Amino acid sequence: MKSSVIIFPGSNCDRDMDVALKKFGFKNQMIWHNNPTIPKSDLIVLPGGFSYGDYLRCGSIAAKSKIIKSVIEFANSGGLVLGICNGFQILTETGLLPGILQQNIYQKFICKNVHVKVNDKENKYFSSIKKEILELHIAHNEGNYFCSNDELKSLKDNSQIAVTYCDKNGKESEEFNPNGALSNIAGIFNKNKNILGMMPHPERVIDKSLSSNDGNFFFENLIKNLK
Amino acid sequence: MKVKVIVTLKDGVLDPQGKAIQQTLNGMSFSNVKQVRQGKYFDIEVNIEDEEKAKIKVEEMCKKLLANLVIEDYRIL
Repeated sequence: MKSSVIIFPGSNCDRDMDVALKKFGFKNQMIWHNNPTIPKSDLIVLPGGFSYGDYLRCGSIAAKSKIIKSVIEFANSGGLVLGICNGFQILTETGLLPGILQQNIYQKFICKNVHVKVNDKENKYFSSIKKEILELHIAHNEGNYFCSNDELKSLKDNSQIAVTYCDKNGKESEEFNPNGALSNIAGIFNKNKNILGMMPHPERVIDKSLSSNDGNFFFENLIKNLK
Repeated sequence: MKVKVIVTLKDGVLDPQGKAIQQTLNGMSFSNVKQVRQGKYFDIEVNIEDEEKAKIKVEEMCKKLLANLVIEDYRIL
């Protein structure tokens, strides 16, 4: 399975993602944003970081970069596109995913482990995943997911809410919502569920020596589903 | 010519920075401050002389990049 990680100026989780993808058997290639095309891939990843210094709005400048046209074409033809953190912000700014990531409600950069619940398994990302409540890492200042009431209804009606913040037993409540996100949303799909954007970083928790290794469940399962 | 644009959050969209500024002003004894909404200001110089044509172009820029219409409104001054 071939994957491509797109690097923008200011991306800083690109290499973590590279390590994670390779660990689980992806043949990964790193692609600089100035490339007009992307080599043949089974998965494209927009990594976390602070592309273009978060100027204007997080992800807004990257969403207009040269390579994005190829990402959009790939996504629209059914290709798998995964956006983590800043990658999620970029996906909303391109319009591939609805809504926007606003500043965290308490105006703090949050860097900690959280639990998220897998809400939908009818997709390539989470189908047959062995664990449904994952301990993943978040590190963001703008992770407060917002969309209109109509869009939220549409997300719910089409089972597009991928992962939600919860406690370790899967209980969702405001108490376990770190950033004020609507309906505890930590990640969403597009309607076809080939595009996934999420704030938590599975690539940061892929080894026992780290604070969690639940990222293993995500990547192991993803490559298995793609084969 | 120069075109000025103001981008603000739509009514009802939470503005944590505006809220913090309001609370700080209240704490500085500006007790009559009821609400602050923070926005962005752009001064755009375009090489179009006709004002109407320039504003049409800038409006396109607002829709495509300067404002995110999910949460923001824009005003061309």
